[in-house]
Amino acid sequence: MLKTETFTLNMGPQHPSTHGVLQVVLELDGETVVQAIPHMGYLHRGIEKLAESRTYAQFIPYTDRLDYVSSMGNNLGYCQTVEKMVGIKVPERAEYLRIIMTELNRIASHLIFMGSLAIDLGASTGMMFGFRSRERILDLFDMACGARQTYTYIRFGGVSADIPSEFIPALQRFLTDFPAMLDEYHRLLTGNEILYHRLKNTGVISGQRALEIGLTGPALRASGVDYDIRKVEPYGIYDRFDFSVPLGQVGDCWDRYIVRMEEMKQSASIVTQALEQMPEGTVMATVPKVLKPPAGEVYHSIENPRGELGYYIVSDGGVNPYRLHVRRPSFINLQVLNEACQGLLIGDVVAVLATLDSLMGEVDC
Amino acid sequence: MQEITGLFKIAEILRGILGHFLPDPQLVDICMSLINIGAIFTIISLTAVVLVYTERKVSAFMQRRSGPNRVGPGGTLQSVADMIKLMAKEDIMPAGADKWMWILAPILLFIPAAAVFVVFPFDNKAIFADLNIGIFYFIAMSSQSVLPFLMAGWASNNKYSLVGGMRTVAQMLSYEVPMVLSILGIVMLAGSMRMSTIVAAQQHTWFIVLQPIAFVVYVITATAEINRAPFDLVEGESEIVAGPFTEYTGMRWALFFLAEYANLLAVSVIATTLFLGGWNGPWLPGWVWFFLKVGGMIFLFMWFRWTFPRLRIDQLMSFGWKVLLPLALLNIIVTGIGMYIYEFFS
Repeated sequence: MLKTETFTLNMGPQHPSTHGVLQVVLELDGETVVQAIPHMGYLHRGIEKLAESRTYAQFIPYTDRLDYVSSMGNNLGYCQTVEKMVGIKVPERAEYLRIIMTELNRIASHLIFMGSLAIDLGASTGMMFGFRSRERILDLFDMACGARQTYTYIRFGGVSADIPSEFIPALQRFLTDFPAMLDEYHRLLTGNEILYHRLKNTGVISGQRALEIGLTGPALRASGVDYDIRKVEPYGIYDRFDFSVPLGQVGDCWDRYIVRMEEMKQSASIVTQALEQMPEGTVMATVPKVLKPPAGEVYHSIENPRGELGYYIVSDGGVNPYRLHVRRPSFINLQVLNEACQGLLIGDVVAVLATLDSLMGEVDC
Repeated sequence: MQEITGLFKIAEILRGILGHFLPDPQLVDICMSLINIGAIFTIISLTAVVLVYTERKVSAFMQRRSGPNRVGPGGTLQSVADMIKLMAKEDIMPAGADKWMWILAPILLFIPAAAVFVVFPFDNKAIFADLNIGIFYFIAMSSQSVLPFLMAGWASNNKYSLVGGMRTVAQMLSYEVPMVLSILGIVMLAGSMRMSTIVAAQQHTWFIVLQPIAFVVYVITATAEINRAPFDLVEGESEIVAGPFTEYTGMRWALFFLAEYANLLAVSVIATTLFLGGWNGPWLPGWVWFFLKVGGMIFLFMWFRWTFPRLRIDQLMSFGWKVLLPLALLNIIVTGIGMYIYEFFS
């Protein structure tokens, strides 16, 4: 009798398309995936533990290092959590600046998603194009805070500095050019027959299952569940803007891709509205140098590009957090990988990984 | 009496010079053969150097970058620098590799890639061996390159390599069939498998006009044959790292690379010869026309590579067997009927 057996393939931690140092242990039957177990921890830095020996303000730069392609969102989530504990009122102008920066960062993050998806599927031109547009956004951040990736721009009580005079014209130029850029990406990638057939009906996650696992962000909305924290529990001043939440129907890779592409359009619209409404004024409230939040605990979450980013802080009334936990959407979204990959081929694992868009800096906190 | 021009004239002049120094005409023939072999190898290695540079510049152009621009004027010496780097690299053999198979694979891959150049009509009469089964020889030779891929994949003692090797066999075998069938239409029209006859038959009308479907099928299958995107599943960088080449370093890896670009040139030459009229063209000398058309085909293949995503293995197989093969068969039937009707009326 002829007998076949499955074999184990270690995809990563050194692999071109695991987006950092993820190891996926694939059990393969020929090219068909029987099991895909993600092994994490290669980038663990103990950030949550570090928080316990830092003052509240000292921890802000650490949040930059979590999801390092959307650091503005990480800053915002942490600062709003601490502000909620202490009860700090943020000036109007700072609120608008926060919205502009986080939404721009969402666009930048989704552009990276688009680029890395393209190169994972073998279309390297898509990546170059995505990074080209992202560069424009990074230039804007550079103007505002002097950093391109780890900003620490959003602080307790506002933002670190007001924007320079050349920022708004540059931002307006970007917003004018952006629809044409997006259109070009749709022509290059969305309209491509091969890309469509690679993504359509691969890695399907039903809405019910997505909720059970705790998927959030575009990965959840692609499965048809209308859950966006900006709409459900508007934090900051999100209730003042008119935007829609794109939803998918099937929950396959294609929906996850389209949802993100549409979100970029919505984010650009939010930035345009914020730019019109933004008042003059100060960008920083008066906040004591060393914060001592009252003893107790607080949880606050925001809608980051990858999903619900939550900070849970326990304070004992001292200068350091007693315990700090970060609900990292990348980590939780990655848990669905095994289910989504079963029965697919090796090439699809890469597509599922890319469309779940987990970022290793955030998976290993 | 036909006028002697182009590359053939250069050969004639050389032959004349040699005739002055060598007493025996047989010795002259042997010398000319050696010179021809040397010329073909020069073309192959020069091709790799030029094509690597071209590929990088073309991709840079498509991705709005500048590409190589440091070594030499406009970065033209970049490939030379790369060659030197590859030669200086350490030759690593993985533990547990099947030694002889591992060593033989790149060499065996390079031999058919070089051997097909024998039948390429670079210009009128500038062809090393104008076999009466020229195109058949090309198909037979180029299908030899399946085995070395599997050898490299098996011998490397690496799972990625093995998966890549398996993929190669599946892909190349299934795309060979529609490719041969698409070429068959041309052979029917020209009534010969001899390269020079096929080109001569296109003096007035290029076969791309008479055989557009065959051309499309040929270009797609040829892309798959030489394992370039969107059919680069063999290497599939984002999936299986580098397929069969994963464990190779230095010059051994460079041989794979050389063969890849020699194959790219080969399929472009065949496309030019079969569909684009070979050396035929007004005003310019034949070999200039030939290289212009080949250059155009190479650009087309590079264009594919830098714009398309990669297919999945099951999609690749079903596309080959369910779409291309029926299309190629249909083309043969239509060609046959067309030829019959044409003969009936004239």
